[in-house]
Amino acid sequence: MNKELLTGNQAIVKGALASGAQMMTGYPITPTTEILENWAEEAAKNSNLNFLQTEDEMSAGFSMIGGVLAGLKTFSATAGPGNVLMQDALVMAESMRLPTVVFINQRGGPSTGTVIYSQQELNLTCFGGNGEGLRIVYSVGNPQEMYDYAIKAFNTAWRYRFPAFVLGDGYSAKTLTEVETYSLEERKIERVSSAPYLLGEDNSSGSVNLRNTYNLETELNTLLMKHKMAFDGFTSEIVEFDDYQTLGAEIVIVAHGNIAISAKCAIDILKSEDEKVGLFRPITLNPFPSETLRSVVQKKKLIVVIESSLGQFERMVKENLYGENIPMVAIKKPALGINPDEIVERVKDFLKEMNG
Amino acid sequence: MAENNNFPKSWKKSSKPHKFCPGCGQSLALKNLGFVIDELQIADKTVYACDIGCSLLTWDMFEIDTIQTHHGRVVPTMVGFKLAKPSAITIAFMGDGGGYAIGAQHLINAAMRDDPITAILINNANYAMTGGQMAPTTLVGQKATTAPNGRDWQKVGKPIHGPEMLAEIAQEGSYIARTISTDIADCKTKIRKALQNQIDGRGFSFIEIISMCPVNWHTDALQSLDFSEKEMTKVYPLGEFKCPQKLA
Repeated sequence: MNKELLTGNQAIVKGALASGAQMMTGYPITPTTEILENWAEEAAKNSNLNFLQTEDEMSAGFSMIGGVLAGLKTFSATAGPGNVLMQDALVMAESMRLPTVVFINQRGGPSTGTVIYSQQELNLTCFGGNGEGLRIVYSVGNPQEMYDYAIKAFNTAWRYRFPAFVLGDGYSAKTLTEVETYSLEERKIERVSSAPYLLGEDNSSGSVNLRNTYNLETELNTLLMKHKMAFDGFTSEIVEFDDYQTLGAEIVIVAHGNIAISAKCAIDILKSEDEKVGLFRPITLNPFPSETLRSVVQKKKLIVVIESSLGQFERMVKENLYGENIPMVAIKKPALGINPDEIVERVKDFLKEMNG
Repeated sequence: MAENNNFPKSWKKSSKPHKFCPGCGQSLALKNLGFVIDELQIADKTVYACDIGCSLLTWDMFEIDTIQTHHGRVVPTMVGFKLAKPSAITIAFMGDGGGYAIGAQHLINAAMRDDPITAILINNANYAMTGGQMAPTTLVGQKATTAPNGRDWQKVGKPIHGPEMLAEIAQEGSYIARTISTDIADCKTKIRKALQNQIDGRGFSFIEIISMCPVNWHTDALQSLDFSEKEMTKVYPLGEFKCPQKLA
């Protein structure tokens, strides 16, 4: 174990290296560019690592798929309008059950938007493309988590063969702070291996012809139902959340990523003033920890959803709590950060209203 | 059973007859590709990627490993594969829409970067699978469903010259040519060079193959031959636009 001074983007590259990533394809976009630059530096020093700066994010996505088909753990990183373009390749990976890892550091949207922060790429990352959202999305909130979940994303993608994402933001990506780095061996984490899909060693059963087009509606339907069953089958193995002080709380804040970390600080302040407030933070946004959230909010007086988007996360929470009859309010600030003091203030207002 | 000399070994028997329309030129081109793969004995290390449109009909045409995608993304898919596994021989097969319109940036940048793949593009002067819309390759005056009065160059420009354009961008060591599916010998020679160039590790290789599309051209056999061999070659001259000395 080492303690290093790293930015979130540097931590992502270190995590990718620790987990055995062998190739990166990408196109520069703020706030993920340093991932590309740092990997380019690593690849310049180590001939076992491959790197390609592509002409756009579609090419980045499809050349990533090329690397995966050839058997290398290949990844990319993007944001905003780049995330939009890359969805073309990512739904192909979803449809063909190819493992991919993409780091998304959210910037403000819609469109070009702003360059550094938002939580507005939730819909796109969880459900982007003309597919059904069969993908694994980890929402992270600081550089340490970027390191930890980089490692986890590669293992999850290659174990279950669905696209995996680490959804961060520019604040976390650009923050320079202490990060604990470690090898998989010292933490006894298994490194899931990678094998080629095409030109593999075993060609005893003839050639492999992979397609992405189907003649009949029933053919595609059967395939999708099979994928869905596989996805649902491992959901309980990978679903992750953080439950902070919800036992005995009257109010449960539901937030993810950077905002969940801000909310945690707010809860510590509120606790010191004897307010009964807790936090439920989904770490996997897809699949969503719905059963746990449902049990956590039972008999609570109020759910407070907080997000740096205009209801993308609130919709997700509502969908997963469908049928529960618990009052819900939301703090929605698209493309803006929300600091702990503001959360403290707003929660106190809610408490005042609630207790008349 | 006697060997069928007219059937490439690298073609998959179980998927024949092939799925192209009667009179389509693509099967001629791909039969040549099959024979060249046989002659070069590269079937076990070749990956073939086909695109959307008519080219996707070839997803199971060969007894070699294949992948199918869309919109010219066969190029980056094969670029990524080749980077990850340099010993592979990678073929990106696409139409004129994928290569010259919706995915043109991929071909241009692959040529500029000198990516060591072989790209093969079918030019049949229209978007065929979707029913005969105007393509970048549609001739001036040629009718298409989206150009009912014929292509008006003053409104939508003149046909694109892909190999000539790529030859301007490509590095030394690239092989860039145009051939026609009905000239079997010329087509085979150029396919062979485009693959040999990759085998030799020299650089980017690209051939455009002029092909017939009787269904969307609304032509009979003779008219199809006439249009491709006479009308199209007037606009799209056959030839090699970049050829390394060792291949000449």
